[in-house]
Amino acid sequence: MTESSANKPGNGQVCHRVKNGVKPGRNGFIKNHHHYHHQQPMYCYPEDKVQHTACNGSSGLGLYSRPFIESFEETPMLVAVLTYMGYGILTIFGYLRDFLRDWKIERCHIAREREEQRDFVPLYQDFENFYTRNLYMRIRDSWNRPICSVPGAKVDLVERVSPDYNWTFDYTGKVVEGVINMGSYNYLGFAENTGYCADASAEVTMKYGVGVASTRQEMGNLDRHEEMEELVAKFLGVESAMAFGMGFATNSMNIPALAGKGCLILSDELNHASLVLGARLSGSTIRVFKHNNMQSLEKMLRDAIVHGQPRTHRPWKKILILVEGIYSMEGSIVRLPEVIALKKRYRAYLYLDEAHSIGALGPGGRGVVDYFGLDPRDVDVMMGTFTKSFGAAGGYIGGRKELMEYLRSHSHSAVYAASMSPPVVEQIIASMKCIMGEDGTTLGRDRVQQLAENTLYFRRRLTEMGFIIYGNNDSPVVPMMLYMPAKIGAFGREMLKRNIGVVVVGFPATPIIESRARFCISAAHTKDMLDTALSVISEVGDLLQVKYSRHKRLPSLD
Amino acid sequence: MASGQQWVLVEMVQALYEAPAYHLVLEGILILWIIRLLFSKTYKLQERSDLTEKEKEDLIEEWQPEPLVPPMSKDHPSLNYDIVTGPPSHKIIVNGKECINFASFNFLGFLDNERVKQKALTSLRRYGVGTCGPRGFYGTFDVHLELEDRLAKFMKTEEAIIYSYGFATIASAIPAYSKRGDIVFVDEAACFSIQKGLQASRSFIKYFKHNDMEDLERLLKEQEIEDQRNPRKARVTRRFIIVEGLYINTADVCPLPDLVKLKYKYKVRIFLEESMSFGVLGEHGRGVTEHFGVNIDDIDLISANMENAVASIGGFCCGRSFVIDHQRLSGQGYCFSASLPPMLAAAAIEALNIMEEDPEIFTILREKCKHVHKALQESPGMKVVGEAYAPALHLQLERSSGSRDTDVRMLRSIVDYCLERQIALTLARYLDKEERFLPPPSIRVVVTIEQTEEEIEKATSCIKEAALAILK
Repeated sequence: MTESSANKPGNGQVCHRVKNGVKPGRNGFIKNHHHYHHQQPMYCYPEDKVQHTACNGSSGLGLYSRPFIESFEETPMLVAVLTYMGYGILTIFGYLRDFLRDWKIERCHIAREREEQRDFVPLYQDFENFYTRNLYMRIRDSWNRPICSVPGAKVDLVERVSPDYNWTFDYTGKVVEGVINMGSYNYLGFAENTGYCADASAEVTMKYGVGVASTRQEMGNLDRHEEMEELVAKFLGVESAMAFGMGFATNSMNIPALAGKGCLILSDELNHASLVLGARLSGSTIRVFKHNNMQSLEKMLRDAIVHGQPRTHRPWKKILILVEGIYSMEGSIVRLPEVIALKKRYRAYLYLDEAHSIGALGPGGRGVVDYFGLDPRDVDVMMGTFTKSFGAAGGYIGGRKELMEYLRSHSHSAVYAASMSPPVVEQIIASMKCIMGEDGTTLGRDRVQQLAENTLYFRRRLTEMGFIIYGNNDSPVVPMMLYMPAKIGAFGREMLKRNIGVVVVGFPATPIIESRARFCISAAHTKDMLDTALSVISEVGDLLQVKYSRHKRLPSLD
Repeated sequence: MASGQQWVLVEMVQALYEAPAYHLVLEGILILWIIRLLFSKTYKLQERSDLTEKEKEDLIEEWQPEPLVPPMSKDHPSLNYDIVTGPPSHKIIVNGKECINFASFNFLGFLDNERVKQKALTSLRRYGVGTCGPRGFYGTFDVHLELEDRLAKFMKTEEAIIYSYGFATIASAIPAYSKRGDIVFVDEAACFSIQKGLQASRSFIKYFKHNDMEDLERLLKEQEIEDQRNPRKARVTRRFIIVEGLYINTADVCPLPDLVKLKYKYKVRIFLEESMSFGVLGEHGRGVTEHFGVNIDDIDLISANMENAVASIGGFCCGRSFVIDHQRLSGQGYCFSASLPPMLAAAAIEALNIMEEDPEIFTILREKCKHVHKALQESPGMKVVGEAYAPALHLQLERSSGSRDTDVRMLRSIVDYCLERQIALTLARYLDKEERFLPPPSIRVVVTIEQTEEEIEKATSCIKEAALAILK
């Protein structure tokens, strides 16, 4: 059996799975909702049985049509202590070096204010940049690595060296070729410069040019835009859809059109910055529930409806729940069936951001709704981006006709921002048709299938190697815990030395002790590439001693 | 002193001996009561209501939310977009009718430029379309670095930073610097993206009358007096003036030299939004700083989009490294968004190439603008708003009918009349309820270098005809 919440007892108790070290706080689920039994398919890990007994549950919630396996192994105590010590040492050295810089003993590379403006109020508070100057600068070479090819399965990097410990970079003019790309969000491998999509896009470039130089409401509503929106609506299974030029702005410019003063926004604590900004700009009251924790969400919904607005106690005008499909730093998948059940019960509205899940999840690549086999009409606002799986740029919103008509006339983006570039639109149309099989091939479907297989394989192998991997078993975003600040830079560099490009992230993108590396699996990765990457990860993992996991999993036979 | 205190203590102990038992008991109880009050849980207002589960269920049953979006009437003026078939270039097909484009901000005609297209195509064939990541995570292409470098050189500043969306540029830049508690002085006519940036910054916002330097100085003086009252707070309160180079809503230019004087007098930083003036004003198209001959280093930050004159997508900020570099970690639209598709960056580079090779185009554009501005002067019932050299003018009604809806409808009929006669115009669109100071309704007239003398003649006479037919 599985460690899925679907198998946990339906009475609201969180089972304390000390054995597998999963943080219970991250795995809340709805109480008292659905009791019908559901036979779960068998799953593979040998010690799952132990976990199952530890959970002592047998009744499935029946909301899930597939095992929902998500794990967040607890940080080992020693590692946590050492990590805090690491930050402590870095901070002490930071102060020391700031002191040396102040006394001009150490050369200071920081750009200075102009002489004429020295008596102005300082543009930055000194402590604002302490972190940047003393921690980030040490490992700055792990980010913003410039590339000079398609961001496909393999990528060419522009070689750069730093003569002054990462304060500036020089380009050597050489190219690091054939780096296996585990960093780009190229889930379905549509980042291509040849083939069906690129050809279509190239044709449109020559016919239309690249810009539009007007807004949708003025003179920038092209026939291609309309065609794309119809296709997006069809793909999502919603009545109507609208596309916008930037994924980030899709959230930040449309949420204010949906909620306002007197409305309540319930937002997952790990929501993307764009959702947070949109919620803030809307002027609504914002409350944050624990990540993917349905008990926390339900409690907030109940309290909100029972107690109404603070101070005035008037009932809320409406309640909007903001969740993401796949959380990009956590690799977790939203508990959508439970969210929908809650939303229906409490008459809230649901805004689902599928930035990472559209294309990457579900048998038809139609995102998290497809993955759980749900009805897209149960989600009020379906939002997503074209940047990732479609290899293009921009974002969309889909939903009921009334919603889209309202957005067409009230979206900030439609009125004030330039409409989407025609070649980008064409890339979206072509790749979406490909996923839907409308190009007459099974290429798209194969890629969706390939991605799912790659994901399962990669996650399983990493777990077997003894790394702590966060997130859902089916999520192509694979965070691997590094914890210590020094290992962030070391891991990034050691991997690049061995020709693998990875993304490493630390504070403030993650909680301070939970620095991690993140792999994004792509359908374009071949088994060979994954195996090469895995063996290198294992090697570097041994070198840096980041195989933290305390429960050993036996490698299964492939 | 010490002996006196000791004596008091002794006396207190004595008093304790002598006190009657009931007194001690009472005091003991009081002390216990205080301890209880100190350690007891503070009750919350919410919990005091003590609703039973049943009552809660009833309340939940009872609650009816508003619909997600209010119902819309089918004939809402902004619901049905004009449809452009084919490329939105000089000749444009609007709602099935081939017209001459007087509506797209394609001032320099780069949208249809073969060289630009070819460069974009080459880039597409090398990099594909999307970047599949933010700048930090393998989304930085060599083309981005080149474009940033070129923009910085073009503007003669130390550094430039590019964003993947024009609207997000200034809207991200403002909150990167101006935080809660800081003070921003803004022109009333500032465009919507500035307004959104200000809202995100949560700073104090003081609006001054459009282009009114006296009003601005009044506000600055007020602030100075305020600062003298509270110098400690003043030392950490950042101040900014945010203006547009060429205002999109009024088509006039900001008095930059006066602003720079005020800047040094009151120690305020200037952020300048140049989306309409970049690639338009100045001998080399460097915008309003070149137009006035102001030293670009006196402006703390210049932001512009690449969606108008450059006819690509995206935006950029430029200025001194001390200022600009901060956005690479603090500009939300920069850090958290996928980077600009390389083909669009390549197109922008080629556009810069043409601008550098042939500064003549700016003179041509200016001449055309003046020509249009002059020709539109005698439109009956209409007034032209904007500077003679502004490429995007506003045609407003001379006398409003009193209702915005009626005005908009009248202007729309003029636009439709012109569309029928193959002149593509558009209304300037605003979100009526969201704008801080809603500009009066107007028709946008955009001048581009591709428009010939005859076409301008045709357009202006067509507008006059329409005005005569509809407004009289």
